[in-house]
Amino acid sequence: MAVKTYNAGVKEYRQTYWTPDYIPLDTDILACFKITPQPGVPREEVAAAVAAESSTGTWTTVWTDLLTDLDYYKGRAYKIEDVPGDDSCYYAFVAYPIDLFEEGSVVNVLTSLVGNVFGFKALRALRLEDVRFPIAYVKTCGGPPAGIQVERDRLNKYGRALLGCTIKPKLGLSAKNYGRAVYECLRGGLDLTKDDENINSQPFMRWRDRFEFVVEACQKAERETGERKGHYLNVTAPTPEEMYKRAEFAKELGAPIIMHDYLTGGLTANTGLANWCRNNGMLLHIHRAMHAVLDRNPHHGIHFRVLTKVLRLSGGDHLHSGTVVGKLEGDRAATLGWIDTMRDKFIKEDRSRGLFFDQDWGSMPGVFPVASGGIHVWHMPALVAIFGDDACLQFGGGTLGHPWGNAAGAAANRVALEACVEARNQGVEIEKEGKAILTKAAKSSPELKIAMETWKEIKFEFDTVDKLDVAHK
Amino acid sequence: MTEVIDYKSRVSDPASRKFETFSYLPAMADKDIKKQVQYLISKGWNPAIEHTEPEYVMDSYWYMWKLPMFGETDVDRVLAEAAACHKANPNNHVRLIGYNNFNQSQGTAMVIYRGKTV
Repeated sequence: MAVKTYNAGVKEYRQTYWTPDYIPLDTDILACFKITPQPGVPREEVAAAVAAESSTGTWTTVWTDLLTDLDYYKGRAYKIEDVPGDDSCYYAFVAYPIDLFEEGSVVNVLTSLVGNVFGFKALRALRLEDVRFPIAYVKTCGGPPAGIQVERDRLNKYGRALLGCTIKPKLGLSAKNYGRAVYECLRGGLDLTKDDENINSQPFMRWRDRFEFVVEACQKAERETGERKGHYLNVTAPTPEEMYKRAEFAKELGAPIIMHDYLTGGLTANTGLANWCRNNGMLLHIHRAMHAVLDRNPHHGIHFRVLTKVLRLSGGDHLHSGTVVGKLEGDRAATLGWIDTMRDKFIKEDRSRGLFFDQDWGSMPGVFPVASGGIHVWHMPALVAIFGDDACLQFGGGTLGHPWGNAAGAAANRVALEACVEARNQGVEIEKEGKAILTKAAKSSPELKIAMETWKEIKFEFDTVDKLDVAHK
Repeated sequence: MTEVIDYKSRVSDPASRKFETFSYLPAMADKDIKKQVQYLISKGWNPAIEHTEPEYVMDSYWYMWKLPMFGETDVDRVLAEAAACHKANPNNHVRLIGYNNFNQSQGTAMVIYRGKTV
């Protein structure tokens, strides 16, 4: 073994951390960063600096480097690529040895990959575009408490997407009035309703009161319709102790599903809650408040496809994905990329869908993508075509805003969904034939007919801010 | 402002009872049921028939009619079994299932003969 000697001082990062000949190991965690450098710094030096600062390195040589096997532990920048259509930045690929990270801890992985390095002076901006978690690491994580198949079995929903709705107004209802809104949605044909993410335990509605009324609403709707129902009881709380207390009470009442905000609540809390759900037979719906702070800027932050992988590892049975068709942003191919990342076993690298690496999930269960926000019955054909059956479609205003109320709004959505699924199964091109399908279904559903008249002309067509990187030259 | 119409659903009214996928649409005609069988066969799923007394509609386990028809690709034979199940259990809900053995779930499930709800 070559003997190294200690030379104090600042050394160029690339001497240690730029290794273009390196062939990543199957067990390495791989990351793709989009780097926007300060002018004048060579690409290899910046890429190496990112690898160093997100793994073993610091700005100057330290003698204790020689007490470890740096060649085993260091992160390596192994590839640099142009960003199509954008000369201000480039992609750098970094490989990290698996032993840099604690097993089963997405917290630990993120602390390195999106830690100090994001404030590094040689960078104007930095974005973590994608991460490949090796199957060896995936196997150390708990993942979704139930997963898509188990949720279907528990709720008895097959051959179609789940149908949901977020209860509005999001703040200010009393517990009893809130339960009323839930009951009306569920008796009308929705499978699930949802606490708005802002609902925790405010003075106008304390959590315990909400839980009791909502569970009564679910149970009555079940007796009335003969179908299984649920409501995502939000247990996001100021402290983990309080969060578990609320989860325990939801279980005591017989609720099938609870809810957590995984970014504002934090990944430690989320992983703990997912474990609790797995141990207690409870489904877990995940909201993603704060994601746009992290993922919206095309040059800085963390891409949502990374946040998706992080959630699947940390644990959750549902995760909001964007709708493609509604008012929130998202590009169709990119959205499909992270939807498949949520629910498939193996996802191939595919730059046209924004996927930089193969991702093997092994036997880890899949997560239901949740399409929510600004959608109504006219969007149903597109939603069924885009999402298929393994999704939860949530119509908030599109249910509650029905002229005859929530039950009629729910029935309209349920009829529209079933009509689209029936037509798809018959081989009809449902996006093209959407209007004919809905019009035919409305003949036996006055609720759908009036919904189609109410929302006829509404369209949301803002251009997306964060597009896939494709050449414009 | 259109007149608001009451949503007619009552715990006391058996007609309010539903039975999951496609139960919010009118009952399918035979030719439409046939298309759904064709669909599940085209997906590579295994057809199966189950039935139950309507009062036990919410149970996870209905009665299997014989065994799932593993590898059956003849639409008419699947329809014949469903009809035989219905004939033998005229008051029951009869459900068509497509078992997906790759994801160990049901690709689809739908009631194709509707019993008298309670």
